[in-house]
Amino acid sequence: MRWLKPLVFAASLLPLVWLGWQAAYGSLGVNPVETLNRTLGDWALRFLLLAVAVTPLRQWTGWAPLARLRRMMGLFAFFYVSLHLASYVGVDLFFDWAALWKDVVKRTYITLGMGCFLLLLPLALTSTDGMIRRLGGKAWRKLHRLVFPAAILGVAHFWMMVKADLREPVVYALVLAVLLGWRLRAFLRAPQRA
Amino acid sequence: MLIRPAADLRENDVTDQALYLDRRRFLAGAAAAGTLLGAGRGLRAATSDDTPTPFEAVTTYNNYYEFGTAKEDPAVNAPGRLKTAPWSVAVDGECAKPGTIGLEDLIKPVKVEDRIYRLRCVEGWSMVIPWRGVQLSEVLKRFEPTSKAKFVEFTTLADREQMPGLRIPVLDWPYVEGLRLDEAMHPLTLLATGLYGKDLLAQNGAPLRLVVPWKYGFKSIKSIVRIRFTAAQPVNSWQKYNPREYGFYSNVNPEVDHPRWSQANERRIGEFRRRPTLMFNGYGDQVAGLYAGMDLKANH
Ligand code: HEM
Repeated sequence: MRWLKPLVFAASLLPLVWLGWQAAYGSLGVNPVETLNRTLGDWALRFLLLAVAVTPLRQWTGWAPLARLRRMMGLFAFFYVSLHLASYVGVDLFFDWAALWKDVVKRTYITLGMGCFLLLLPLALTSTDGMIRRLGGKAWRKLHRLVFPAAILGVAHFWMMVKADLREPVVYALVLAVLLGWRLRAFLRAPQRA
Repeated sequence: MLIRPAADLRENDVTDQALYLDRRRFLAGAAAAGTLLGAGRGLRAATSDDTPTPFEAVTTYNNYYEFGTAKEDPAVNAPGRLKTAPWSVAVDGECAKPGTIGLEDLIKPVKVEDRIYRLRCVEGWSMVIPWRGVQLSEVLKRFEPTSKAKFVEFTTLADREQMPGLRIPVLDWPYVEGLRLDEAMHPLTLLATGLYGKDLLAQNGAPLRLVVPWKYGFKSIKSIVRIRFTAAQPVNSWQKYNPREYGFYSNVNPEVDHPRWSQANERRIGEFRRRPTLMFNGYGDQVAGLYAGMDLKANH
């Protein structure tokens, strides 16, 4: 299984490579700034849900090597969220920080997106082996449960951004509901850990 | 359909299309050389002029939910599906001479003009479009609205056979829009039959659509099959869907924010930097009088 991680790593970079290719060849469409920002947002949310899906998938399939992908999926989620935020601030708003602040306080879906980002930030910072050791497994696991509210905020961000056609965010919400439902069931069934 | 060439041009003269294309190629080259991130030939530095938006952009980036909710859907789904001839419009309500009238008869008595207008979408983007059409007031007069007529309601075609988007209950079909009678009779208000000197394409609302340049784009209803004079204020589709976010008036106003989009600025399609949004989309000198003394936030 030595190929698994490099392969998934390379595949996870493909959306970015594809975006870069389209940008270089001017094929991001009529509104390139919007296409760039939205595509990065889409992939951020997909990787976030993938990160949440790793453990249930491992349990359903019984395929142990999947566990090794969890951290990578989480970090790619953070990577694409960061690019999404960077494209918004740097390309769309052209570093108008005042406008960003106004957006965060006035526009609900952006408040939710920023909330998601702020929850993911400590998770990314504590993702190294060293930090796991320093925090201790128990505290680390507890902290990293923040991924669940973060995922909810991410889906809510997309849901509230959409003007009228909710079909896409509904799909993400259903996937997240199944994943969270699975966790909840496992949690309720397990003997209580203090 | 009979379209007479415009006898006299209003606003700006329409440049011929070859010239647009040349200018576009020049801009494309300049942009490719100087764009931040090398992000492609679609982007260029902000300019303060109102250069018409390229034809391809105007005809491939559309909000026409009857043909799908993605911007590129209408250009894919509408041509070939939307049957624009024969076309007739039912005119009724508070008027002395109601009737159903063929498109050609509706347009023929009125002078066809070319006018270049800015179009500002509520989503925060804008275009500049050379329309062809007739002044709505000239069309409405012949139906002789009565003194009870205070508003005009417009309805888009709603045909499941032609419009795949109707299968999704995004909005309460058919699409309905409305204007106050004085807004409808304002000389800027256009009933468009074409753009860039050609007949409208299906994705732009062929064969007959409204253009109200000082209001957000969704007021400019497409593929009109019915015009009704009413005493009561019509409930337009977006207002019905979400009255908090979409009002009846929907005048372009940089000071009244939409909960989803800042309305203070806009991205002109083809430009890289956002530009400030103008009150009444820059038509205030001509239309502000319609709203004298009115609370524009409450009546958003
Ligand atoms: C950090 C703060 C964030 C800001 C300022 C932000 C801003 C935005 C903006 C401006 C849009 C596009 C709106 C439009 O085009 O009209 C958007 C869309 C989106 N964002 Fe974010 N976002 C943030 C965080 C996130 C996070 C954390 C995620 C996911 C984990 C995310 C996922 C998405 C998705 C999926 C979309 C919709 C893309 C589509 O329409 O296909 N965003 N966001």
